[in-house]
Amino acid sequence: MKTASGFNTIGEAAEQAALVPVQFDSKDYMLPEGANLAASLLAAGVSVFRNTPASGAPRGPFCMMGVCYDCLVEIDGVTRQACQTQVSANMQVSKPAIPAAALREDDHA
Amino acid sequence: MDTNFTIIGGGVVGMSLAWGLLKHGHEVTILDGDDGSYRASRGNFGLVWVQGKGAKAPHYARWTRLSASLFADFVEELTETTGIPLGLQQNGGFDYHFSEESLARTLATYEKLKQDLGADYPFEVLRGDALRKEEPTVGPEVQAAILHHEDGHLNPLKLLHALHKDVQRMGGTYLPNHQVVTVSKTDHFTLTCANGETFHSERVILSAGLGALALGPSMGFVTPLEPERGQVLITEKLPPMLNRPSVTARQVDEGGIQIGATNERVGFQNNTTTRGLASLAAEAIRTHPFLAKTKLVRSWGALRIMSRDGLPIYQQSPTMPGAYLVTCHSGITLAAVHGKRLPGWFDQKDDAPNLEKFSEDRFRL
Amino acid sequence: MRETDLAIIGAGPAGMAAASEAANAGIATILIDEQPTVGGQIYRDVQRVAPLRGAMLGQDYLDGLPLARAVANPLISHIAGAVVWQVETDGTITYSIDDQSHQVKASRILIATGAIERPMPLPGWTLPGVMTVGAGQILLKQSGLIPNRAVLVGCGPLLYVLASQMLKANTPPLAIIETQTTGDLMAAMKHVGGALRGWRYLLKGSKLLAALKLGGVKRYTGARNISIEGEEAVTGVSFDTGGKRQIIACDTALLHHGVVPNVQISRALQLDHDWNGQQACFSPKLDLWGKSSEAGIFIAGDGAGIGGAKAAALCGRLSALKIANELGKLTDAELAAKAAPINAELSSECAARPFLDRAYPPFREALSPRDETIVCRCEEVTAGDIRKAAALGCQGPNQLKAFLRAGMGPCQGRGCGLTVSALFAEETGKPIAEVGYFKIRSPLKPITLGELASLEKDAD
Repeated sequence: MKTASGFNTIGEAAEQAALVPVQFDSKDYMLPEGANLAASLLAAGVSVFRNTPASGAPRGPFCMMGVCYDCLVEIDGVTRQACQTQVSANMQVSKPAIPAAALREDDHA
Repeated sequence: MDTNFTIIGGGVVGMSLAWGLLKHGHEVTILDGDDGSYRASRGNFGLVWVQGKGAKAPHYARWTRLSASLFADFVEELTETTGIPLGLQQNGGFDYHFSEESLARTLATYEKLKQDLGADYPFEVLRGDALRKEEPTVGPEVQAAILHHEDGHLNPLKLLHALHKDVQRMGGTYLPNHQVVTVSKTDHFTLTCANGETFHSERVILSAGLGALALGPSMGFVTPLEPERGQVLITEKLPPMLNRPSVTARQVDEGGIQIGATNERVGFQNNTTTRGLASLAAEAIRTHPFLAKTKLVRSWGALRIMSRDGLPIYQQSPTMPGAYLVTCHSGITLAAVHGKRLPGWFDQKDDAPNLEKFSEDRFRL
Repeated sequence: MRETDLAIIGAGPAGMAAASEAANAGIATILIDEQPTVGGQIYRDVQRVAPLRGAMLGQDYLDGLPLARAVANPLISHIAGAVVWQVETDGTITYSIDDQSHQVKASRILIATGAIERPMPLPGWTLPGVMTVGAGQILLKQSGLIPNRAVLVGCGPLLYVLASQMLKANTPPLAIIETQTTGDLMAAMKHVGGALRGWRYLLKGSKLLAALKLGGVKRYTGARNISIEGEEAVTGVSFDTGGKRQIIACDTALLHHGVVPNVQISRALQLDHDWNGQQACFSPKLDLWGKSSEAGIFIAGDGAGIGGAKAAALCGRLSALKIANELGKLTDAELAAKAAPINAELSSECAARPFLDRAYPPFREALSPRDETIVCRCEEVTAGDIRKAAALGCQGPNQLKAFLRAGMGPCQGRGCGLTVSALFAEETGKPIAEVGYFKIRSPLKPITLGELASLEKDAD
């Protein structure tokens, strides 16, 4: 099955779990329940998971094994590694809030 | 002669002194320890703090306030030449109280100190809506806060970085991994390092934190110092949440919230303990409940350098004139006065501060 | 506090093998792991995935099945989804499940936390769409996900393994951009020697390469000046090869130039470490049983030094046997008898290592990145920043961390520690063994302050 995401999902995997609603940055997605959240968002076409607190640069999943923290998202007010999280129904996911400093770094220089 | 002044110890205290002496036209060499030394300068809380200091020693309160008043200029000079912004804010700081009793006890000492200082000690008590208007994240258990208008904070790691950069810009020689093991004096000082190198100098300043314990007595100092462990937490970076620092928590310029600090007499153990970290977290959440959902990123333990009465020591050696001991546990708060006023004291200038009360005589009695 | 004879951290090959060996010796074992199911990274989710796409993933993946099945033993308590955030020398392990902390006290601890990919800082490597080859494998194994327009960049057998799996799934990579040269391969040949295992690896490697060639996967070797292109996301990878600049447009770039031991726990415990010049990494100082410099603490698997999955399982067994011996469940003679065949298999398994290390050396441009390249992904500190601070006269990596914040972010230096030490060594001319490494602080992984505070009443 081709997706809009640039990822190809192999048939068997797509058939496994029931799809449940998840919000990411106020957009609605249907993701397989119990699946890896980072993988599911990538498959759904999300590529930017957060902006860095230092410069605001966009980042997405990098290591997929809980080492790098580049897939940090905020779920119910707590930042978590999407690659270490399983999809559950009605999850509210967003990019973590970042310091204002990250947005006006250039003014300081 | 290699240099006018050799400073033993390259933490915030030693580097502030080096910075000031270079500004006064001296040649300065700093001999520092290694990466694994205790390094209180990396473990501190970053407050430029006035309230409560010298409650029983008005001369210390005055010294602290003098430093706080010099800080804006000190930081401006450093930032101008190094390009490193230090995140200094001096809009006041809070001391939070969960009970009227603890508030009353603290206020009594502040009132006494205020009298000793000629009624000049700008603090006020905030409660209820007035407090929550100033600091919206304060929790319901907080009864009141003392706001002292001279308190503030800055980024202590950037301060150390800027001092290093500016000292070298002005021609100071900084040598890491040069642990001094002996100091002797003939017509000048000879310092020998663990690596065998020797240095010659007209004068010597011992500002090696707890490292002074090993060298101090041989240089004629009492050196009545002991380590006191402080455990500290730092969280992930957040958008602005805290308006002012407190002794419980402050938001660093980069966004992280620093939470401190324990006071423990456990010798030279600088580790963290689950109990210590948990109690800090609980206290911080009690003060600012939103922190319960905030992620802790790092914790560390560092050793404060405490003299027997907790006050700084400024002492010229009675047996080795030209050698000085400079030590304190508030190296950040006192950095400005160390950089801007102590050079005059070393050179016995007319405007030199009178530091007799900070001498080691108080321990010799 | 819960107590146990043995706590194993990590349920990859070393952890799983050690747990079943210990259980066979009658030792009550707790096996703590971050993932919902056992397998680690190499055998990720193997019991669920094997029937789905085992054929595509190949025998090396299916080898994890018996190990995973053996964990189902009444003496093994598998604690899943648990993030270990503190390990203490008295045997106390603190871990977090669903924002609740738990503690266990073990008379022996086995750290089996495996490897992480060697950091590969290249210009543009922080862009969304850049991942590690390991990440590509995890996406494929656990989630059946393959990037449509991917380029693989770096060196080592893992590139070929992933490329051939992608090929089998009819989504081959657009190209493999390889950093090793023909010279590297020639120099490596002398390490093949008579070691049968070495030849077998070589044979397996050439079969993979033949399949890739047949599948039309384009390979470039000896690539230099590699940059990941793109502003907000990856748009391509550019590089020099054969005296020509190439650019390959893609949506995903997967990087890899070897793996290194994950030393986060062993560093936090301040165990002794050595610099391993051949593998260009620090590894904990261990005896032949995996015993560390701290009594009661063992390390097995790639976290002890890179040997691969098979060797990891064997080392896990050896550590478990020694622990059984120390706990009085095996006599010295029984220990020797049981260890002998494992050691024999281990030495044959390790015979190919020198060849692989030499044939696929780490990419020099990523060991000493250009000044403008970001080294610390968390705090966005560049190689140039690090060189400047080192030149200022830092005492070492920990001072550097204080000056620049490199290593102070949420990953706690996992992604930049080796590069920072290497740059510091390069700038000061000191050997890296002497330069050392970051001090690792608690918590090993971020936890909420609320969770930490809840331990206040439990702590004695």
